[in-house]
Amino acid sequence: MSEEHETVHRHPAPTGFIRKYIFSVDHKVIGIQYIMLALVAVVVGMVMSVLMRMNLSWPGTNWPILGTLFPGGAPEGMMTPEFYLSLVTMHGTIMVFFVLTTAPQGGFGNYFLPIQIGAEDMAFPVLNMLSFWVTFVGFVVILTAIFYSGAESTVGPIGGWTGYAPLSALPNSGPGQGMGMNLWIISIAIFCIGSLLGALNFITTLLNMRTRGMSLMRMPLTCWAWFTTAVLALLSFPVLLGGGILLLLDRIALTSFFIPGGLYLSGVLSGTGNFPLHTGGSPILWQHLFWFFGHPEVYIAILPGMGATSHILATFARKPVFGYRAMVFAIFAIGLLGFFVWGHHMFISGMSPYSAMTFSILTLSIGVPSAVKTFNWLGTLWGGRIRFTTAMLFALGFVSLFVAGGITGLVLGQTSLDLPMHDTYFVPAHFHLVMGVASIFGMFAATYFWFPKMFGRFMNEKLGKLHFWITFIGVYCIFVPMHTMGIVGMPRRFAQFTEYEFLATLHPLVVFVSISAIVTVLVQVLFYFNLFWSIFKGEKAPENPWEATTLEWTTTSPPPHDNFAGHLPVVHHGPYEFSVPGAPRDFIMQTDAEAEVTSGNGHDGHGH
Amino acid sequence: MGRALAVVIWALTLGSVSLFFVKKWWFPTAISSHAPALDRQFLITIIVVGLAFTAAQVGLGYMVWKYRDTGTPGRAKYTHGSSRLEVLWTVITAVIFIGLAVMGQSVWASLHFNQAPPGSFPVEVVAQQFQWNFHYAGRDGVPGRTDPTLIDDSTLNFIGLDEADPNAKDDAVHSVLAIPAGRPVELILRSKDVIHNFFVPQLRFKQDLVPGMAIRVHFTANTPGKYELACAELCGQLHFKMRSFMLVLPEDEHRELTALSQEDFQTRMTELLAKYQLPANN
Repeated sequence: MSEEHETVHRHPAPTGFIRKYIFSVDHKVIGIQYIMLALVAVVVGMVMSVLMRMNLSWPGTNWPILGTLFPGGAPEGMMTPEFYLSLVTMHGTIMVFFVLTTAPQGGFGNYFLPIQIGAEDMAFPVLNMLSFWVTFVGFVVILTAIFYSGAESTVGPIGGWTGYAPLSALPNSGPGQGMGMNLWIISIAIFCIGSLLGALNFITTLLNMRTRGMSLMRMPLTCWAWFTTAVLALLSFPVLLGGGILLLLDRIALTSFFIPGGLYLSGVLSGTGNFPLHTGGSPILWQHLFWFFGHPEVYIAILPGMGATSHILATFARKPVFGYRAMVFAIFAIGLLGFFVWGHHMFISGMSPYSAMTFSILTLSIGVPSAVKTFNWLGTLWGGRIRFTTAMLFALGFVSLFVAGGITGLVLGQTSLDLPMHDTYFVPAHFHLVMGVASIFGMFAATYFWFPKMFGRFMNEKLGKLHFWITFIGVYCIFVPMHTMGIVGMPRRFAQFTEYEFLATLHPLVVFVSISAIVTVLVQVLFYFNLFWSIFKGEKAPENPWEATTLEWTTTSPPPHDNFAGHLPVVHHGPYEFSVPGAPRDFIMQTDAEAEVTSGNGHDGHGH
Repeated sequence: MGRALAVVIWALTLGSVSLFFVKKWWFPTAISSHAPALDRQFLITIIVVGLAFTAAQVGLGYMVWKYRDTGTPGRAKYTHGSSRLEVLWTVITAVIFIGLAVMGQSVWASLHFNQAPPGSFPVEVVAQQFQWNFHYAGRDGVPGRTDPTLIDDSTLNFIGLDEADPNAKDDAVHSVLAIPAGRPVELILRSKDVIHNFFVPQLRFKQDLVPGMAIRVHFTANTPGKYELACAELCGQLHFKMRSFMLVLPEDEHRELTALSQEDFQTRMTELLAKYQLPANN
């Protein structure tokens, strides 16, 4: 078998530590930096979720360690409601922005998009470095928000990750809503800028830097997903950035974009005493701006997971992706429709009920391309010869969880049914399963799958499988019961459920969910151990350990600084030519110039 | 491995579905006129959702069981898919999903596309951190003028009611919502500070109260009783404590209550709150 190459000028790798690992312009190093950032952020987010569950299940308990760490938020170790709410806010913000947007796109996208299209690097390497470091600054700022809210207490903003105005716009609306809230907005604004720079880079790279033969319809589905995600980010983040700036102006420059007149807060009328005069703003405007970003953001979080899942299912089922073209259209349809459904977050906001009707029908329409994807994943498995690696298990888990979480969108997307379900636990149950856990399963699959390429060593499969089984069962135990809590009517964002008689019957479920959450979080230690241990001690991996077809498997593990050691690969085939009848092996690399995809003669015993 | 995964997927599916099927934790008994239709729509939807969920998970389990690599010679099936199947599947799901969305509009439309019917009992609702104020118009049926500059917490004038306005003379303000059973109610929802949400699970109803807006909604509650009223939109530090009650009174008892003077109204409300108990199936 011969492989054609295009010879290009070779860029030497930088040698200094700082240029190589810190302010690197190598997309691979930047990808790993993004993943590391997400790995740190997700620990912070998970610890916060455990603290929240502890407070909900065992209210009034003394946790001395909390008192030491957060003397303002948990005096004497007893969590205050405002501390609970700042955990809610920070958990949501950190998870959505610094985990679900960084790892799938900035992390794996950065590392593998250029390699999979046969490029030496991103189109704008310096811009790429900047996007990471801007994002990193955003993360530092968000961490300061929870520790800073004036002199007396350590409580962050309490408005939730959606930061609805005017609660978020008025510094006197509660503890943590002062400087903590400013920092929260500034952090998100910084994050928006980082994501915009990244999105520009992804789009340019994909459109301009594909190697010879890599036509659009020969790209792996991962690349389609990262590309669509970048387009979504490019169009949605500016709106959030604009909204955030207006919100900040309302707070510090006393404008009134989101604050109406005549407000009376904490015993003071707007325009009297120390409460500045505001008039003429619209609280609902913030919701439109926020959700115009917020809904595409959901797809920004999950599309890369979908791409990775398609890629991994095909590889380990040893089959071409079923309906590749339909999958590409489905990704586009989800991306496009994703811009016209934001109003389903606002049915009961006071928005026109006629708009609500339109948003509802568009929302349920987005279920169609989602169903097409599920159908094609099952089609890809059908007739396969499935190899159950840890990566494959997590990809299969993604399919299961995507269905479990996505399908309740059919309930929440209906205007009438939103009347009882809105802002109950049904909503966090739905979106945690689909945009939270399913996306994370996509990233676990990606990690176990690409780790050998990134570090030249395997992760431990035994530990990986144990991690999979407990996590998979654990997340079902956490999030399925939350749906029934929502049906009973349990409102979300309550610091305690002790105030309402009708919530008392749910206590056993609340405790069950908390225990499941604590166990599931603890099991993630296995993953962290496996990850860092394997970087140094894992079994050595060859160039193409999974017998996969795409370009990242044609170069060394890990790839050299310029990805293909001075050559650019030339592509002859589609991305998922597995089990081609008559081919010598059960996979044909994209670069394989000799293999005939349509021919029936080969060396597998059938042709002779 | 494939068989183990199939069994786990099927077990999780069974567990999830049975949680919805046994209904140990479910909606409280509905009391509003629109609720039966809404509950029916929920049931239809949850059946469709349950069937689709089960079909997908059973299918996934079947695939990983049946098509696990057993090491026997041979290769996977070589196919790039089927456009006919894709089109068929797209059409089927589009019909079901959009059908559900259209069906899901009827209750919404009945509540939101119409004004409150004539003869509705009006109540002005003024929410604030972390308290509900219900402003009753009194015998004349006309609520007195309110003005935020007249709000005075020290005199308990939480809504800024203008005592000089003749229409305000017979008005009553209370933290509990008292409405007649079987008669449409119109709420005019306002907020003094941040966004709140009016939520009574038994009503199957929810609506934000947005500062700067007066949002009119209407519904009919049919079963007399005392029900918990929650704020369902995060409104600040003590959001979880912003609780009150909705008293649904037999029409004559309600008529008698609303005819009372301000002081007698307060006394009578205290008696009624003691008289009615929270429903047992809460």
